[in-house]
Amino acid sequence: MKRRSWLTVVATVAVLALVASACSNDDSGGGSGGGGGTDTTSDEFGTVEIAAGEPINIGTLLVISGADATLGLDSQHGAELAADYLDGTFDATPGQLLGHDIKWTHEDDLCSAEGGQAGATALAADPSIVAVIGTSCSSAALGVADTVTSEKGILLFSPSNTNPALTGEEAHQPFYARTAHNDRIQGAIVAEFALNEQGATTMATIHDESPYTQGLTAAAAVNFEAGGGTVSVQEQINSEDTDFKPLLRSIAEGNPDVLYAPVFVAACSLILKQAADIMPDVTLMASDGCLSSDTLKLAGDAVDGVFVSGPDVTVFQEGDFYSNEFIPAYKDQYGDPTSVFHAHAFDAANVLFDAIEQVAVENDDGSLSIGRTALRDAVFATSGYEGMTGIITCTELGDCATDVTIGIFEGPNWPVEGGAKPDDPVYSDTKSLDDVA
Amino acid sequence: MASSGPARAVDTQLSGFATLPWRKIILGILGATISFVVVVGAFKTLTLPQAERYSGDFWVDQVVNGLGQGAILALIALGYTLVYGILRMINFAHGEVFMAGSFISFFFADAYLESGFLNNQPYTALLILFVVSIAASTLVAVLLERIAYRPLRNAPRLVPLITAIGASLFLQNAFRGFFGAQPRGYPLPDILRGSIELFGIKVSKVQLLVFITAIVAMLVLQAFVNRSRTGRSMRAVAEDSEIASLMGIDVDRIVVITFVVGGILAGIAGVLFALTFEQVQFTMGFKPGIAAFTAAVLGGIGSIGGAALGGFVLGLLQAMGPPLLLTGFGIPSPFSLKDAFVFLILILVLVFRPGGLLGSGEAEKV
Repeated sequence: MKRRSWLTVVATVAVLALVASACSNDDSGGGSGGGGGTDTTSDEFGTVEIAAGEPINIGTLLVISGADATLGLDSQHGAELAADYLDGTFDATPGQLLGHDIKWTHEDDLCSAEGGQAGATALAADPSIVAVIGTSCSSAALGVADTVTSEKGILLFSPSNTNPALTGEEAHQPFYARTAHNDRIQGAIVAEFALNEQGATTMATIHDESPYTQGLTAAAAVNFEAGGGTVSVQEQINSEDTDFKPLLRSIAEGNPDVLYAPVFVAACSLILKQAADIMPDVTLMASDGCLSSDTLKLAGDAVDGVFVSGPDVTVFQEGDFYSNEFIPAYKDQYGDPTSVFHAHAFDAANVLFDAIEQVAVENDDGSLSIGRTALRDAVFATSGYEGMTGIITCTELGDCATDVTIGIFEGPNWPVEGGAKPDDPVYSDTKSLDDVA
Repeated sequence: MASSGPARAVDTQLSGFATLPWRKIILGILGATISFVVVVGAFKTLTLPQAERYSGDFWVDQVVNGLGQGAILALIALGYTLVYGILRMINFAHGEVFMAGSFISFFFADAYLESGFLNNQPYTALLILFVVSIAASTLVAVLLERIAYRPLRNAPRLVPLITAIGASLFLQNAFRGFFGAQPRGYPLPDILRGSIELFGIKVSKVQLLVFITAIVAMLVLQAFVNRSRTGRSMRAVAEDSEIASLMGIDVDRIVVITFVVGGILAGIAGVLFALTFEQVQFTMGFKPGIAAFTAAVLGGIGSIGGAALGGFVLGLLQAMGPPLLLTGFGIPSPFSLKDAFVFLILILVLVFRPGGLLGSGEAEKV
């Protein structure tokens, strides 16, 4: 026993000595940083060293297989186009950043917590990864990928996560940020539309237990009640089920004016079809998880008169750049876009490139040193950046899309392939995070 | 030796204690508790204040929904029960047999929609869809038997069970690989759209088709098993395959026929399912497969009438059970507990009737 406590003391002293020497090293090394003038050696999570001629390795953690691959691949293409545009032209040859190529390392988030965990762990194990664009699905990030990357000091920058908890005070991870809108805003605009435009007084909601759908229904319900409406019931389904008739029949007993079911394509189409039979007088609403050409194919006539919320693409189209340069380049290289989040991914990649340019230290031998904490701080300090999706200003909790315009589209006039024209929103509103409940 | 007296007394006490039918007592308490909850829940739901109570129409509609879903489950459950009856094995890949029929017939249905055949000649088109689906399901079922199960016929029981799970995963991923992961919209002919009034009850035309087709298929199956020569051979093999083979019955042939019959029923269920939900996907066989297996166990696995009954009971339980029993306790969103509820009822049935509703009444080691 005696010997063991001795060992503890020795070990403690040794650790303290190491820590002290590390600190003193930092103090003395601060002035000798490279030409960039930024102090990177004191970075808590270390620096990424990129040798001359080596590429800058950026990870992506998006859903690139399975039923939701249309979402992730679209974001991946948006990010790749940002690298293409580094030289100022969309010419299918990637530009360079500080004299280095961009190398993408793609992992699949599988649109699930398991996928997020596995993909983030694989990326975090690679010391050359500077930052990660991802995830596609909130379920892959929340408490999974955001934690794994933050523990290693790797920035996780999502183009399409919209769950409020990810940037909520309790759950926000220090290295997590996003260019996608926060669903607190989308939920508020859905509630506002139901109350004011549809004159609804009661609403029923359905979510499928995923963070994305839970966040949306909760936000819509809170704002609907804040606006004087009543939420008759908040139901929950299993997204693999097919028979929702018994559930819908029981919702119909509460006589809601609006049924809001922001679930994903497969379950959403089934609910729209089955609800059209069971509750023909109820206004059906959904959100961007259902706003897809697949839903149009699967639900057919049942989408007529269904209101779906999503990012208002007409706002992007106001800038000539999106319509005249970005979209033609996208179609040229990858075919028709399959989602709208390519714009958010393009913005995320550009904000990231700018931040790398700011903090990277160019050493005399042509190598780069990028401090991880410094990079994170530079991204979080982004303010007034004119992106394709609007003005980007990051909050300290990682929400970079602070003023968000959400459109409500009435089926079949949806802004996706196969939708009827014109596909302008029937209602559109811009809100900032401070405006919503 | 002096202490032998009291020691023996303790001994007898202990052995008296040990010989109490503990298993039965615990199961009895469990069963009584669940029954109590069921009765109290139902009572509370039905005596809610008028404003919160479900309407009479609600229950009628739930019965219709439950029977529609139950008919499909019953058809799939028959496939499990037939194979179990003959081979004493659980064909876990049966859900994929069902999926295969549904998925392959989708390509025909989609092409017929494009060419207009589906709506111009709906009866012929539907007949062809059934034939295609039955052919695909039967082919998959027969190949499964030939490749995955027959070589392992005499292996320990656990082995074919594991092969079955492997075959199930293989089939799912093969369909995913060939045809993609996204769900496909299954076209519905216009004559099946809308609903009709039957005795004052609104029933959708698809539900009616599902119900009638399923009942007819089950009656034909019943007649085939009871009346035909092959059916008699099947029952003989189910009773004792060794003696049946000594009596001159070709057991291999009967096993193949059993898989064919299971495949035909799964193929019919595949089209009915696709017409009901108008959507097919490579994972579509899994959940109905598990539900149908539960139905087969509920009804008494190995019993044909039991599988049919189990399917309908399960369909009704899924539609009516959660609101009937859970609403009374004030549990929010009762339908999300649908699966938990169904398995609770399964436990209850197995406690009181280990062989299932129509089974032999004694527990069988699987």
